[in-house]
Amino acid sequence: MSDKLRGHNLTCIRGDRPIFSGLNFELPPGRALILSGANGSGKSSLMKIIAGLLPAQNGNISFNDRDILGDKDWISHNICYLAHKNGMKPEMTVAENLAFWANMEHHDGDIRQEAMKIGIDHCLGLSVCYLSSGQARRAALTRVLCHPAKFWLLDEPTVGLDSAGVELLAGLMNDHLNAGGCILAATHIELGLDPEKSATLNMSDFTYRAPDIWEEDLL
Amino acid sequence: MIKLALSIIARDVRLSMRHGSTTTMVMGFFVMVVTMFPFAIGPEQNILQRVSVGVIWVAALLSCLLSLDRIFQSDYEDGSLDQFVLSPVPLELVVMAKCIAHWLTTSLPLIVVAPILGIMMNLPGQGFLPLIYTMLIGTPALSFIGGIGASLTVTLRRGGVLLSLLILPLYIPVLIFGVLAVKAAIGGYPVMGHVMLLSGFTLFSAAIAPWAAAAAIRSGLE
Repeated sequence: MSDKLRGHNLTCIRGDRPIFSGLNFELPPGRALILSGANGSGKSSLMKIIAGLLPAQNGNISFNDRDILGDKDWISHNICYLAHKNGMKPEMTVAENLAFWANMEHHDGDIRQEAMKIGIDHCLGLSVCYLSSGQARRAALTRVLCHPAKFWLLDEPTVGLDSAGVELLAGLMNDHLNAGGCILAATHIELGLDPEKSATLNMSDFTYRAPDIWEEDLL
Repeated sequence: MIKLALSIIARDVRLSMRHGSTTTMVMGFFVMVVTMFPFAIGPEQNILQRVSVGVIWVAALLSCLLSLDRIFQSDYEDGSLDQFVLSPVPLELVVMAKCIAHWLTTSLPLIVVAPILGIMMNLPGQGFLPLIYTMLIGTPALSFIGGIGASLTVTLRRGGVLLSLLILPLYIPVLIFGVLAVKAAIGGYPVMGHVMLLSGFTLFSAAIAPWAAAAAIRSGLE
C-alpha cells in the first residue's frame, strides 16, 4: 500500500488568505486524480505544493513512506509538472525548445516520435511565436511525453486544444496510466480518462468520487 | 554540469541574437550617453580628457543596468523559471550561467565600442589598453551583482526602478577601482593594486551571486 503518493492534512495559505486546510489525497499507481472545483479553490496551489514550488503551511506528502515535500532530488526525477504557462521560448523553434529541456531534465526521449503522437511534428521547425495557443500547448505537452517521470502534474492541460487534441491527449494519458504512471490533473472539462482508473476530488467542498473498484476507501 | 551550464549560456545568447534589440539598444544607449558629455561640458580637450575614463565607466554601468531586468523576467513570464526550479539542474548553476550569458550579450559589446568612445573623449593613448583590461575584469561583477537584483525584483510588475536603486550603490566599488586603475596607467603610476581589488570584487560577486539570487528566486516564486 505504500507505493502511493499520499497527501495528509495539507494546508495552504497564500498571502493572508487560507486556500484550503486539512486536505488529504491518495494516488495509487496507474491511477489518475482529477482536481475539479471553482476558480480559486486551490487546484493550482495544490499542484505547486506537490511540485515543491509552494511551501505547505501544514501537513505532508509521502511516497513509499518517504516524505517528499520539498525533496527536490526526488521531485525532479519523478514528477513532470506542466503549468498554465508553457515554458517555451517564442524566439526558438519547437524542436530547439524541446531539445533544451530534454537536456536540462536529463532524458533523451524521441522528440519527433512523441510530437507525432500529439500531432505537432509538422511544426517542430517553426518558431514558437508563430504557433497558435493550441499548437503551443501541444508542444508543451510533448515535453511531458518525453519526460520519463512517473507522475504527471497537469494544470489545465487542455487549454487551447481543439476537440481532436483533447481526444489525442486522452488516449496518451490512458496509455500513461496503463503503463503504471500516475496523473494529477486540474481541469474544468471532461478529460476522457478511463473511468475505472480515475477519481475526482472537488476542491471546493473536498468531496471525493472514486470508482467502486478502488479497493480502499480513500479518505 | 559544465555542459548544462554551457547549454544554458548558448540558449540565452541565441535568444538575445534572435531577439536582437537588447544588445543593440544597450550599445546605442552607451554611445548616446557618452556623446552627451562633449555637448554638455564643451569641447575643450583637456577637460574631456580629465573626465573621459569616468564618463565611459559611468555610461557602461548605466547601460548594463538597462538590460538587467531581462535576465530572469522573460523566463518568469513564460514559465521557464518554474521549470528550471523543478529540473534536476541546481538553480545556482542556472543563475551563474544566465549571468555569464548576460555579460556576453551586454558588457562584451560595450567593451568593443568603448575604444571608439575613448577617441571621441580624447582619452590619452596609453589609456586605451588599460580601459579595455579593466572593463574586461570589472564588468562581470556588474552582471553578477545585477543578477542578485534581478532575482529580487523578478516577480514585481514594475521592478525596473527599484532594481536600479538596489543595484547602483553596489556598483560603486567597480566604478572606483576601474577608474582609478585606468587613471593610474595614464599617469604612469602602479596599477596592480587597483586591478587586484577590482578582480577581487568580481570574484567575490561571482561567488555569492549564484547562492543569493537562487535563494531570492525560490522565495519569489512562492
